[in-house]
Amino acid sequence: MLRAATIVALALVPAAARPASPMTYMVSSGPAANPTTALGWGLLGLSVFVAAFIACAVLIGIWWKRGDGAYDGNGWPVVSRGRNGLPWLLIGVPVSVVLLLASAIWTFHVLDAIAAPPKKAPITLLVTAHQWWWEVRYQRTDDPKSGFETANEIHVPVGVPVRLRLSSADVIHSFWVPQLAGKTDAIPGQVNLAWLEADRPGMYRGQCTEFCGMQHAHMALYVIAQSASAFRAWWQYQTRDAAMPTAQAAASGSAVFGSRCAICHTVRGRPGSQGGLGPDLTHLMSRRTIAAGTLPNTIGNLAGWVSDAPSLKPGVAMPRENLDGPQLQALLAYLQTLK
Amino acid sequence: MAVNSTYHTPAIVTPDKGLKRKLESMWSDPPGRYGWLATTDHKMIGKRYLVTAFVFLILGGLEALGMRLQLAQPNEHLLPPELYNQFFSMHGMTMIFLYSLPILSGFSNYLWPLILGTRDMAFPRLNAFTYWVFLLAGIFLYIGFWEGKGTDVGWFNYVPLASRAYDPDWNVDIYSLGMVFLGISTTAGAVNFIATMFRTRAPGMSISRVPIMIWGTLVANIGILFAVPAVSLDFLLLWLDRRFGTQFFDVSGGGRPLLWQHLFWIFGHPWVYAIVLPAMSIVSQGLPVYCRRPLVAHSAVVLATILTMVLGFGVWVHHMFATGLPPIAMGYFAAASFVIVIPSAVSVFAWVATIWTGRPVFTTAFKFFVAEIVLFVIGGVSGFMTASVPLDLQLTDTYFVVAHIHYVLIGINVFPVVGGIYHWFPKMTGRLMDERLGRWNFWLMFIGFNLGFFPMHISGLEGMPRRIYTYPANMGWGNLNLITTIGSFVFALGVLLFVINVIRSRSRGERASANPWDASTLEWATESPPPSYNFAVIPRVASLHPLWESRLDERSRSTLHEGPVLDDGHQLPGTTPLDAEPDVILDMPSLTLAPLVTALLIAGTFLGLLLTTWWLAGACMLAMIPTLLWWLWPRAEAGWAVDA
Repeated sequence: MLRAATIVALALVPAAARPASPMTYMVSSGPAANPTTALGWGLLGLSVFVAAFIACAVLIGIWWKRGDGAYDGNGWPVVSRGRNGLPWLLIGVPVSVVLLLASAIWTFHVLDAIAAPPKKAPITLLVTAHQWWWEVRYQRTDDPKSGFETANEIHVPVGVPVRLRLSSADVIHSFWVPQLAGKTDAIPGQVNLAWLEADRPGMYRGQCTEFCGMQHAHMALYVIAQSASAFRAWWQYQTRDAAMPTAQAAASGSAVFGSRCAICHTVRGRPGSQGGLGPDLTHLMSRRTIAAGTLPNTIGNLAGWVSDAPSLKPGVAMPRENLDGPQLQALLAYLQTLK
Repeated sequence: MAVNSTYHTPAIVTPDKGLKRKLESMWSDPPGRYGWLATTDHKMIGKRYLVTAFVFLILGGLEALGMRLQLAQPNEHLLPPELYNQFFSMHGMTMIFLYSLPILSGFSNYLWPLILGTRDMAFPRLNAFTYWVFLLAGIFLYIGFWEGKGTDVGWFNYVPLASRAYDPDWNVDIYSLGMVFLGISTTAGAVNFIATMFRTRAPGMSISRVPIMIWGTLVANIGILFAVPAVSLDFLLLWLDRRFGTQFFDVSGGGRPLLWQHLFWIFGHPWVYAIVLPAMSIVSQGLPVYCRRPLVAHSAVVLATILTMVLGFGVWVHHMFATGLPPIAMGYFAAASFVIVIPSAVSVFAWVATIWTGRPVFTTAFKFFVAEIVLFVIGGVSGFMTASVPLDLQLTDTYFVVAHIHYVLIGINVFPVVGGIYHWFPKMTGRLMDERLGRWNFWLMFIGFNLGFFPMHISGLEGMPRRIYTYPANMGWGNLNLITTIGSFVFALGVLLFVINVIRSRSRGERASANPWDASTLEWATESPPPSYNFAVIPRVASLHPLWESRLDERSRSTLHEGPVLDDGHQLPGTTPLDAEPDVILDMPSLTLAPLVTALLIAGTFLGLLLTTWWLAGACMLAMIPTLLWWLWPRAEAGWAVDA
């Protein structure tokens, strides 16, 4: 067993020396997650200690040389009543109870701390999960009519709590941005409340964590925390409609969009584009990724995606479009105007 | 069993060759295909359970190896998502329903009557029936997979993903009906174990003298009796939703997706205990033999076993912490989940104390039992972490939980099972397993398991979600997954060595005496392998350790080599539930094809329901009436009693 432990330890050293994953929750960046992170390290430490203690107790118990006792004809120790083993239970069980009680109290304390934001959240996000992307509607909490819609990328101001109202358009999903908050399921027929707050600027990755069908693996999102002024500018920009394209190529691309894309996708300001099945594309080019975090939002990826989405993300609702070269070029020119 | 109305006190004798020959002629199955199909011998049925469940373990293991190859590196394309999703769903279903409980039923079926000092289970025909239903339900659950239409929405089968709108194919119908089908076997088996425990123990085996192995299985089966109806109902409602448009789970009709989860986990968490408590009791029974002393705090361990099962019904919501329940409810279930650690601590400290105060003998079985203790503690503390609600909101549905359940299910089920085979193989076959191969077998399994599954804790803490068929390269999960894949193949190699050892030792192993490990319980009092009638005379038990009494200086001694003659048909003594005083002679039924035919008719019914071929389902159900009459037709010579 010692041998096994050594091998495992050696194997894990290179793994542990890597930089942390963007998804690790052993570090966190906001009051909805920080108390949990501390609790996590605490309980992890206690768990490692308990497991190591019992493992050592077992190893010592096996190899500890006992005084000579009688052996039977087969060379096996003769059965006897043995010494009294009860002290193990009489000490071990009460100590376990005390440790459990302490863990429970800490747990309830943290549960209370993360149940609701410490101050009123001025912004509410209506997050609706779809197979396999995130629809996000922004509102000022005091004005439900305000706001705009975007997808798969959430911007938040640093130091300000944001309220989430989570629901689903189809099956159960789970909203998780590990460094900002624990998971909350998005369940059809009900609205679950959650909140998050980033205490420093940065880009935080999230991912769906309830199995939701074929492309569960490709349902990521990003939360981008920025300064209050930068956030305000972003909000202003996002509320704007898309401008009608002026250049020749983009204008003919707009026509392609109208015939191929508009039935499912909305572009605010473009007449006839109010489709609700896919993400709102009004400011598509302001997003860092496409297809729910599957691909970086580059012109090449965009070209691949609009011409044959199912080969990149099998099962996706977006069909394969048989666009000829000029059509594809025009459509890409149009999409690039959606800044 | 049937109560013999012509009851008279039988003579007490020391069995001679004549009596043994007479019993052998009565109890052994007729040769040929008929005897093979009609047998009600618990030893035969037990071995069938063990082999069948092990075949399912290998199937589920191959599915796992496929997944591990796909996940070994980021962005692999070995398994497309539609196949990967079937693999992980079938893997979970296979391991949880078709391997982990049935393998324990195999041990219990084989060992219970021997440990209890009797000749058969309380309901031998029902026993045969439960095996056939298990086998047929297992095949039923796999029929879609071969067509590429295995269930692909996870063994937990959450709606609405499992509803017809999102999964219109047959796969979920097969899973739903198959689970209702399998539930018949599990429930009937539980009834049989409970009746056996309370009615057929050897005279004198009062409740305080019942070996620990029996307690684990008994408690698990009482739990099963309460837990399985919830899941059978759940799957039935889902099937009705899918086939007839009822709307139990459909939001558009006022149904609730969370209803599925509540019913599923009200079953699911007790089920976890049902598949670990009997395995823990294998350790509690086997470990002391190799420590050359009785188990420390036997009574406390028994009470802890019972307490675990009771508390196990009050913790199901800890599978649902992220579903948006109010904090006060989550607080209650977190507290209950912490409390359930206490009885587990009792068992662990009892095992450690047994090692410390004993004088261990390093057999292969001993190594597997000791490994179980360490793996159980690792799986236990990671479970304790998930009981903490806020922390669970981070841990849940990541690989941390995958690591946890595998430390629980492999650590507390597979390791004791393999250790248990090394321990009881000589009893079952009359031959010892090879200890040298056993050493390799153990170390490959132990190192492979830890190499494979320990890094999953870390990939979980690094945020890797469960049930994803691939992951991007920049997540930093690649190396950990590669180690996991290598470890799982080493583990698989260990399992392969085990299979080789079993096959080799069956014909070439060293001959075993009646009691090769010098163990203390009654199964070791009869020959290896036991004769068809188990005991020529039923022993009278005077202590918890009938075969160690002289060395433990017990005040009273069990009587093993003389007892009442019970040779007037398939007879065994019925005893009172608590004191195990004999109060009746039970006439056990003879072998018959009725259980097999009934099981086939049930399979036909479910096939009819699956194919919506209603006439087939109806015809099979009608045919069950005469079959059950045939099964239960009273025997005049037994006082018109009914055979079950």
